[in-house]
Amino acid sequence: MNFDFSDDQKFLKSEARKFLEANSPTSRVRKVLDDDAKAYDADLWKAVAGQGWLGAAIPEEHGGLGLGHLELCVIAEELGRAVAPIPFASTVYFLAEAIMLAGNDEQKAYLLPKIAAGEIIGAIATSEGPGVLNASSLQASVADGKLTGVKIPVTDGDIANVALVLAKENGKPGLFLAELSDASVAREAVKTLDPTRDAAKLTFKDTPVRRVGNAGEGFELVEQIFDRAAVLLAFEQTGGADRCLEMAKEYAMERYAFGRVIASYQAIKHKLADMYVKNELSRSNAYYGAWALNTNAPELPVAASAARIAASEAYWFGSKENIQTHGGIGFTWEMDCHLHYRRSRQLSLVAGAPRVWKERLVSHLERRNVEAA
Amino acid sequence: MDFNDTPEEAAYRKQVRDWLEANAPKAREGSADPEASDGMAASKAWQAKKAAAGYACITWPKEWGGQGGTPVQQVIFNQEEAKHPIPGNPFQIGLGMCVPTVMTFADEETKKRFVGPALRGEEIWSQLFSEPSGGSDVAASRTKAERVDDGSGDWVINGQKVWTTGAQFSDYGIVIVRTNPDVPKHKGLTMFWLDLKDPGVEVKPIHQMSGGSGFNEVFFTNVRVKDSQRLGAEGDGWKVSLVTLMNERLAVGGATGAGWSQFMEAARKTPGLDGASALQDQSVREKLADWYVQAEGLKHTRNRTMTALSRGQTPGPESSIGKIISAVQMQELANTAVEMLDQYGIINDEDLAPLSAAFHWSLMFAPGLRIAGGTDEILRNIIAERVLGLPGDIRVDKDVAFKDMPTGR
Repeated sequence: MNFDFSDDQKFLKSEARKFLEANSPTSRVRKVLDDDAKAYDADLWKAVAGQGWLGAAIPEEHGGLGLGHLELCVIAEELGRAVAPIPFASTVYFLAEAIMLAGNDEQKAYLLPKIAAGEIIGAIATSEGPGVLNASSLQASVADGKLTGVKIPVTDGDIANVALVLAKENGKPGLFLAELSDASVAREAVKTLDPTRDAAKLTFKDTPVRRVGNAGEGFELVEQIFDRAAVLLAFEQTGGADRCLEMAKEYAMERYAFGRVIASYQAIKHKLADMYVKNELSRSNAYYGAWALNTNAPELPVAASAARIAASEAYWFGSKENIQTHGGIGFTWEMDCHLHYRRSRQLSLVAGAPRVWKERLVSHLERRNVEAA
Repeated sequence: MDFNDTPEEAAYRKQVRDWLEANAPKAREGSADPEASDGMAASKAWQAKKAAAGYACITWPKEWGGQGGTPVQQVIFNQEEAKHPIPGNPFQIGLGMCVPTVMTFADEETKKRFVGPALRGEEIWSQLFSEPSGGSDVAASRTKAERVDDGSGDWVINGQKVWTTGAQFSDYGIVIVRTNPDVPKHKGLTMFWLDLKDPGVEVKPIHQMSGGSGFNEVFFTNVRVKDSQRLGAEGDGWKVSLVTLMNERLAVGGATGAGWSQFMEAARKTPGLDGASALQDQSVREKLADWYVQAEGLKHTRNRTMTALSRGQTPGPESSIGKIISAVQMQELANTAVEMLDQYGIINDEDLAPLSAAFHWSLMFAPGLRIAGGTDEILRNIIAERVLGLPGDIRVDKDVAFKDMPTGR
C-alpha cells in the first residue's frame, strides 16, 4: 500500500507553504479584499508563475514542468490554506485541464506555453443565471463561428484573456474558446461573496470562437473538466479547512473566560474534534481523487464527486465554527475568519454546488450498480 | 501514490492466500448473528489451525507462537481471511488486550501456562474494567481487593463488573480493582488475572435493549486470588490498564450491519413518493451520497494508516475517527431505511421486513455501538486532547482520596 504523497511531493508542499507565507500573508490578501479596483494580486501571480506552479502538470513540450497532478494537488492545498487571491483555479484547473483533455494540437501549442509562463489568465463560462443550467435552458449560441449570449457569473471574467464558453451550435451544446480582448465582448464586474476572487458578467455579440472537443459534447466535456477541477479544488478546500481548525485552536488556547482558557470547555473541544473528523474525511477522499486524477482512472467521476462533497462540507463547517469559536471578535472585518468563510462559499459554488454533486454521485453509483449486475 | 503491495507484501499475501485456500473452512458454521456464540466449536477449531501455522498472532514473537511479523502482515492476513466464510472470533479481546497485558506483567511461569492455550483458542479471556459506577470513568472502579490477614499474601475480591464481553464463555479474565481507598482514585488501583470459573464468580448475561446478550454482569463474592496473580505493582493498576486499552481501539471493530450499498439496493426496491422507487426521492439520494462519502473517507483513511505501517512508520492520529463516524452512520442509515418503508417499517419480523430485518437490527444495536469502547463524547475528548493538544477536562476528584469522592448514588 502506497496511498500517500512521495517525499519529493511532500517537500514541494513544504516549500510551497514557505513561499506563500512569505508572499501571500493575509495582510496581502486583504489588499485585494479591501480594494474594489483590485481583482487579484498581480505580483503574487507573477511570483507563482516564476515558481513554475502554473505549468506543474503541463507537459515539458508545451512549456510546463511535466510533473503530474499529484504535484498540482499539494500546491492546491497550500493555495487554499493561504486563501491566495489569484486566478489559479480558473487558469490551471479549468482552462489548462480542459485544453490538455480536449484541445487539438494547435490549441495546445498556442495556449499551454502561455499558461505555464503566466502570460494569460483563463476562465470558464457556463452559468447564465440563478439555478442549475441544463441543455434546454442553455441560451448562449454559436453560428458561423460567432458566439452570442450572456454568461454570469464568470469567475475571473473581468481579468481573463481567454474563456471557455458553453454554448449551443446548431442546437447542440459545445465548448468554445473566446478571446476576451475582442471588441465584441462586454465585461462588467459583479460583486461577489468573496471579493478576493472576482467575477464578471460577460456579454458576447458575434464574438469569434473556436470549438474545443466535439460538437454536441459540451455538457459531457464540462462534466469531465469539472471532475478534474473538483479534485484540485478539494485540496484547496482541505487546506483552507485545516487552517480554520488551526486558527480556532490557537484562539481557544489563549482566550480566557470564566477563569480558564475556552479550549478547556467540552463545548469547544468537541466542536474542534468535529472539525478534525470532517477534515480527515475530506483529506482521505481528496487523496483518492488525486489518485484517480493522476492515473486517469475510470473511477474519477465517483472519486471526484466524493472529494468535492467531503471537502465542501469540511470547509463550510470549519469556516463557520472558526468564527463561532472566536466569538464577537470573529465577526469583525479585521479578523481573518471571514476570509475563509467567504472563500469556502466561493470554492463550494464555483464548479457547481454540493447538492448537484450529490445527485451526480448517486447517478454514477446507480449506473455502476447496473453495470455490475 | 497507488494501492499496490510492496514486493515483500505481495509475496506474503501470496503465501497467506495459498494457506487459506488450503485450510480455511468452505462454508460458514453457526449463526450469522454477530451477537450469538453458537459457532464456538468451529471458532475454536479454526483458531487452533491458525495457531499451528503461526497465523494466530502474527506480530507476536516466535517464542510465543507468533511470527515476529509486522502489523502490515497482520492486516494482510485479516484482509485475506475475511474473504473466506470463517467462523466468529471470540478470541479478539483476549488476544488483543488481555494476554498482551499478561505477557507484559506476569512472571515466566504464568506466561508459559496461559499464552499457548489462549493463542490456540483452548482458553478464552475477558477484560473486566467497566462497573455500574464507572463506564467512561474506569478509574472510579469500586470493586475491591483486600489482603487476607493470614500471612499468605493472598487477596480477596468483592464487587461487580459490567458490560463484560464474552464473560459467559470465558475461562480467565484480567480485572482492575481498588486496593487502596485512602489515596486519589488513579493511585489506589491494582490489576489481577483470575479464574472466571471460581465459585465466587457469578456471570449474568445482560438482556440488551437489542434483545441479544453479548455482554454480562460479573459479580465477585469473596474470590480469593494469590499475590502472584497480580499484574504490575500494587497501586499501579491504572498504568497497567493503559497497556491493555492501548489496543482497544484496534480490537473494537467498526460498525457492523447494513451499509450504504445495502441501503441503496433496498431503496431501489421500495416504492417512494409518487409511485417511483424510493431511490428517486431527493431526500433519500442526498443522504445516500453523504453516507457514501463518509464510508469512502473511512476506507481511504484506513488506506493511509496502512501506508504508514507499510513504510514502517507509526500511523498518525487519523485512525481515531472511525467509530465516531461509523456508529452514528449506522444509526441514521438504519432509521432512514426503516422510515423509507413508511407504515410497514413498524414490522420487526425477519420473515416480513426487507433484508431479514437487518436495518431493524442495526437500529436497535447502534445505540450500544455509540457507547461501547469509548462513547462518542469520550472519543471527542480523546481527539481534542491527544490529537489537537487541547487541555484535559478539569478533574475535581484528582486530589481527593477515593473514599471521600462524591459518588451521587
